Amino acid sequence: MKKYFSFFRLRLITGLQYRTAALAGMTTQFFWGFMEIMVFHAFYEADPTAYPMTMEATASYVWLQQAFLAFFGAWMFEGEIFDTINNGNLAYELCRPIHIYDMWFVRSVALRLSRALLRCIPILVVAVFLPKSYGLGLPASHYAFMWFLITLMLGLLVMVSLNMLVYVTSLFTISGDGLRILFCSVVEFFSGQIIPLPFFPEKVQRLLELNPFASMGNVPFRIYSGNLAGQEMTRAIVIQVFWLLSLIALGRVIGAGGERKAIIQGG
Amino acid sequence: MRERQLYRADDNMKFNGKRFCDVKNVVSDGERKEICIMKKQKVSGLRLYIHYLSIIFRSAMQYKVSFLLMALGQFLVSFSVFLGVYFMFQRFSNVKGFTYSEVLLCFSIMLMEFSLAEIWARGFDTFPSMIRQGTFDRVLLRPRNEVLQVLGSKFELVRIGKVLQALVMFVYGMTHVEVRWTAAKVLTVVFMLIGGIGLFTGLFMIYAALSFFTLEGLEFMNLFTDGAREYGKYPFGVYGKRMLQLTTFVIPYALVQHYPLLYILDRRDNPFYIFLPLLALWFMIPSYGLWHYGVRKYKSSGS
Amino acid sequence: MITMEHVCKTYRIAKRNAGFSEACKALFHREYEEIHALKDVSFTIDDGEMVGYIGPNGAGKSSTIKILSGILTPDSGNVTVDGRLLWNSGSKVPLTKQERCSRIEHVSQIGVVFGQRSQLWWDVPVIDSFELLKDIYSISEPVYRENLVELTELLNLKELLRTPTRQLSLGQRMRCEIAASLLHSPRILFLDEPTIGLDAVSKLAVREFVKNLNKNHGTTVILTTHDMQDIEALASRIILIGKGQILMDGGLEDIRRGGESMDETLAELYRTYEI
Repeated sequence: MKKYFSFFRLRLITGLQYRTAALAGMTTQFFWGFMEIMVFHAFYEADPTAYPMTMEATASYVWLQQAFLAFFGAWMFEGEIFDTINNGNLAYELCRPIHIYDMWFVRSVALRLSRALLRCIPILVVAVFLPKSYGLGLPASHYAFMWFLITLMLGLLVMVSLNMLVYVTSLFTISGDGLRILFCSVVEFFSGQIIPLPFFPEKVQRLLELNPFASMGNVPFRIYSGNLAGQEMTRAIVIQVFWLLSLIALGRVIGAGGERKAIIQGG
Repeated sequence: MRERQLYRADDNMKFNGKRFCDVKNVVSDGERKEICIMKKQKVSGLRLYIHYLSIIFRSAMQYKVSFLLMALGQFLVSFSVFLGVYFMFQRFSNVKGFTYSEVLLCFSIMLMEFSLAEIWARGFDTFPSMIRQGTFDRVLLRPRNEVLQVLGSKFELVRIGKVLQALVMFVYGMTHVEVRWTAAKVLTVVFMLIGGIGLFTGLFMIYAALSFFTLEGLEFMNLFTDGAREYGKYPFGVYGKRMLQLTTFVIPYALVQHYPLLYILDRRDNPFYIFLPLLALWFMIPSYGLWHYGVRKYKSSGS
Repeated sequence: MITMEHVCKTYRIAKRNAGFSEACKALFHREYEEIHALKDVSFTIDDGEMVGYIGPNGAGKSSTIKILSGILTPDSGNVTVDGRLLWNSGSKVPLTKQERCSRIEHVSQIGVVFGQRSQLWWDVPVIDSFELLKDIYSISEPVYRENLVELTELLNLKELLRTPTRQLSLGQRMRCEIAASLLHSPRILFLDEPTIGLDAVSKLAVREFVKNLNKNHGTTVILTTHDMQDIEALASRIILIGKGQILMDGGLEDIRRGGESMDETLAELYRTYEI
């Protein structure tokens, strides 16, 4: 475990070193968020009644999404892991007394956490001070905030378990860039990163909320502003936990199979 | 002209039917001799560029499956963005006075401008890796213009997936929009494409030029390339007056999107709007200036 | 003829320190350190000479090569290559930028081989790369044909020409790289670690070729290498650079000590000069 803490620490230090990158990244994200909100405002003016969420809730959603981008960015794969698979270093990893699934899982979590930590605080701080319907509102209640934090972490784990599926399936084939792009666009769309899920038509929304991608950012960001509450919230959390356990189980099965194959074939 | 070697006058005067040297009479060692002076004919930039393209094409043909998958991936990426727009318009009938088909028209043209620029200027878009890997040193060691070499280093036809997506949207928008299409309007679209490709090429060039100064702060520049493509889905007037001013005078996005679009949609009838997109090409001047400055800085501070 | 007079070059790079507290500090205040890569470097190389340019890593070798190839500008000093003025400053009458030779003109007359970076296009046959270079350097057809025939024969490239670069072994690739850098008949050739990672047979082939090139065509060769056997085989003159300064400029005999291998001699040399 200590190893992963030092991995996390190293990532954090590296991130701090490159202050220009951090600054540029934050400013960029800030502007993306701002433009996104402008779009939503333009649509709001067209027809406020057709809005499925309040403008404040939408603005909060956008800012939270920007701040925690590193949690749910589908494109964040570790090149090192793919290299390990492709160039035969896998043999070394298999020698350790721990499943490669667990190893890579913790690494991915550490990577995303360290990246998010650097970015989220400044963005959140600035967003809170923006005018009401443009900035980050306060949480709907203490209760909502608590569940926000819990589901945020759960959502992170769901994302990582999806990442893991890609890693372990590539033990069997060489997954090409094309498939990865496909994965990214599918995840982005169905997780509400293109437009928040409530904006989809009612019928489509019902279906979408059942898929694993909706159990990532969609849940915590909406709980925060109170858009998801009561019975619906409970339902969403249950689905989230279900997907988390299923994806991990599936990943471990495939991972174990991949380990066996690698041991037989020699990496 | 460089005297490369002495040939006897009737040897090798012609090679493949083409004359490659001039014959001169000189006195050497007291004897009259005829020598051939090699004509130095520079291969034109255009011919060289086409040669670059053919080598890129031959390289790419070795990976046909990967190419198809990636082109498909490109199509899907922009398709999901399209779906976003589609679903928004399921709820809202218009945004700041622009209907669904009108927005599609705007989106498709902007996407085409961006993707076509991306295909040909990809060398600039991926320039930071040229610096990191030291490949740019090799560019400087070759007796050709650096811009030509960088352009010739990549031609990513894979992005044609996005262009196809844009074409589909364009056709839909074109057929559903309630305007009469004239030759002038078609010309406007063509000029929008030319101006837009030039604008985005200039932006990619700035991105590349910035990598001479910092490799880490580059992410910000993405806002002006990918960001413009993303938020250029909607006519820039939708974002308010200040944004419109910025995108007209600072970085002329509006000149290749908003204003000519108004003309196409019959909201303006001044023929000046037809040629307005070409004005956006001015942006390539400061872009090239920054690039030139960056190359100088690279030569003085190494890598 | 190559002339370097009082050339100086200094780099300024940001300091990066390890440790968490240092990293936090670096967020607000960046420290820079100056690296003096070249301090008053002067030497002259005549046409047709073969020079071994040696020194430990970080001594200033690659800076010198880059300056001589015209891709790096010195801070001060005069650099003239083959009658082309590359850089001058602080001379009696400072010349204008117009009178300095342009990069394009200069590089069309030199050849450079980097041992660790390829100049060939990766996925296509070697001959395709050659043909593209032919257009880049605007080599006329008869000259190209003549050079290609000669290089193919001397470097044994016949079976390699149709092979994509990525399928070549390191030794095969290096022979092709050398050929690629000579297609345009340059009068000066810079070789930067050309035999690194090569097997013994390839090393001998490369050395043999370079020696003949120098003998038959009178090509000036500047060789930077850590392989002392390269130096022994090829160089008649050695320039030793350390910590940015020329420490020694003489023949092989000047440093050779009877009975010792060249590596030992070199190590002793480094110790003497404390580099």
